[in-house]
Formats: sequence, structure tokens, C-alpha cells
Amino acid sequence: MADTLHQLDMEHARNDLPDFAPGDTIRVMYRVREGQKERIQVFEGVCLGRRGSGMGETFRVRKTSGGIGVERVFPVNAPTVGGVEVVRRGRVRRAKLYYLRNRRGKAARIKEKRTYRPK
Amino acid sequence: MAGLIGKKIGMTRIFTDEGRAVPVTVLQAGPCPVLQVKSGAPDGYRAVQIGFGGKKPKRTSKAELGHAAKAGLDAAPRLVREFEPDEGQEYVAGQELTVGIFDVGERVRVIGVTKGRGFQGVVKRHGFAGRPASHGHSMSRNPGSMGAGTDPSRVIKGKKLPGRMGGARRTIRNMEVVRVDSERNLLFVRGGVPGSRNSHVLIRR
Repeated sequence: MADTLHQLDMEHARNDLPDFAPGDTIRVMYRVREGQKERIQVFEGVCLGRRGSGMGETFRVRKTSGGIGVERVFPVNAPTVGGVEVVRRGRVRRAKLYYLRNRRGKAARIKEKRTYRPK
Repeated sequence: MAGLIGKKIGMTRIFTDEGRAVPVTVLQAGPCPVLQVKSGAPDGYRAVQIGFGGKKPKRTSKAELGHAAKAGLDAAPRLVREFEPDEGQEYVAGQELTVGIFDVGERVRVIGVTKGRGFQGVVKRHGFAGRPASHGHSMSRNPGSMGAGTDPSRVIKGKKLPGRMGGARRTIRNMEVVRVDSERNLLFVRGGVPGSRNSHVLIRR
């Protein structure tokens, strides 16, 4: 039954990550193993999109490092993704922001999403 | 112990602690009641007969019902299969075999019927290369030459040609058991299993 499968995925899927959407600037704490030691590598950039569902869901983060665009894909449910922090919420009108690849500098800016938060 | 009858539930992935994604097939295996133990005479061979699932009373014949009743069941199983008994193992009719007989890390065989693909050409069915799409070729996926000419003046037996594909019983050996869920009778094996979702499979050592 597909229901059983969905149920299994729900059980193992993590829910400790904050809600983040394409356009958000996020900071990914990625666990890296170097020999015996484990350290956390931070990858900060714009989330270009999320794809997949259930245990296979991934998200793509893009940053510019020394003038060169770098993109990484992280699985949402991998234990190597230690955590995600939302730095800035962006207001965008599409689910996949691949158009950012062809833009740089001022053109690659994303407007900040302003939401009213009652005190 | 010999094996179990199960149902393919579908595929998902499991992450190891190092962050490696393991593709797994989820099988609902058992519980399988032992219906009958054949031990030589009068059957002439040794086997353990087990069942899986339940059949609606409307679809059950009295013979099936009676056979199931001997093992103390109220409904006839949907599927009945036999396994060779393991040496030194005692089986009794009415006993129930569950996923507990498999351990994590163990290698098992999973037998299923592959998805039926109908009448397929030689490229899909046998992995022929076909013709190139460009470089002056007209597109073609035909089988090409049938063999040599005047000698032997016939087509060699077993020549790979188009025909029915799939719907055949296939055994996948050496499948690793990744997880055993005794509570829900689920077995997680690494990799793919023949057949569609909800199709029946046999799992054995």
C-alpha cells in the first residue's frame, strides 16, 4: 500500500528544520567528517528551490564565492545536514529560481519579504 | 527457517548515520501460518506449506476452508506456497512464521513476477543498439541481420527477436536486509524487487 509507504516516510522525515522557501537566504550547517574528527561547515546562500517529496526531498542553495557562483544540493532528511537557519526571507514569484544563474550583482538581488507579525 | 510470502509495498530511502542514502524496497512479509508439514509419505517429498493473507468467504471453496481449518485458521489464505524445510527445524501446522526469522544484515533471495511489458522490440527487450539517429541513417530500431546466408540457410535457435517481455518469475539473490519491523511485519531490503507495488513476492534464505 502506498499509504504504508507514506506513513513510513512521515515517521522518518525530520521536522526540526525551519520552514524555508525558494528565495530565502539560508545558512546550512553541514557535517563534514575529516578522518576521526567531525566539524560543521556552513554554506550560506539563496535557496533556489526544493524538489522531491518524502525521504527524497532536496533543496538547492546558491552562493557567490569570489565571483564564482557555487551551487550545492542538500537532502532534507540526511543526518549530515545538521541544521538550517533562515537569514532573510525573500519575495519571489516562482518555485525554481534558476534565472539567478544568469544574473550577477545588482540584478541578482531578491526583495525581502515583509510580513506583519503581531506582537 | 525456510522463507516467507510477502507483498511489495514500494520503495523509499533510508539514511545511515554517515549520511549515506540507502535505496530500499519495503516488503510486507508474513505473518505466514504453517498450513501443513509434508514429511515423506504420502506426499513423497518434504515441505512446509505456508499461507499469506486472507480470502473472502465468498471466494473460498470448502476444500480450501477445510485445509485452512486444520491449521486452526478461520479464513483460507490468499496465497499458498511451499518451502523446503531447514534441517533440524521443527515445524507444526498452525505455527506462525513472521519477519522475526530474518536478521538485519542477512542476505536473502526475493522472488517476484516482473512487470508485464507486452510485445516489445529488440532494442528494449534485448538491449540491441538500434541505428544511429544521425550521420546519414534513417531511424531504425530493427533487429538487423538474422544470421549467415546459404550456410546454414536457417535461423539459429534462440535468436533474440521481438516478443513478449516481462511477466516472468525472477529471483534477486544476495539482497541485504536493512531493517526488520516486527511490529508491522515489514522487511526492508536494499535495492529493487521485481514486480509492481502490491504484487506478491517470496522471500527466502
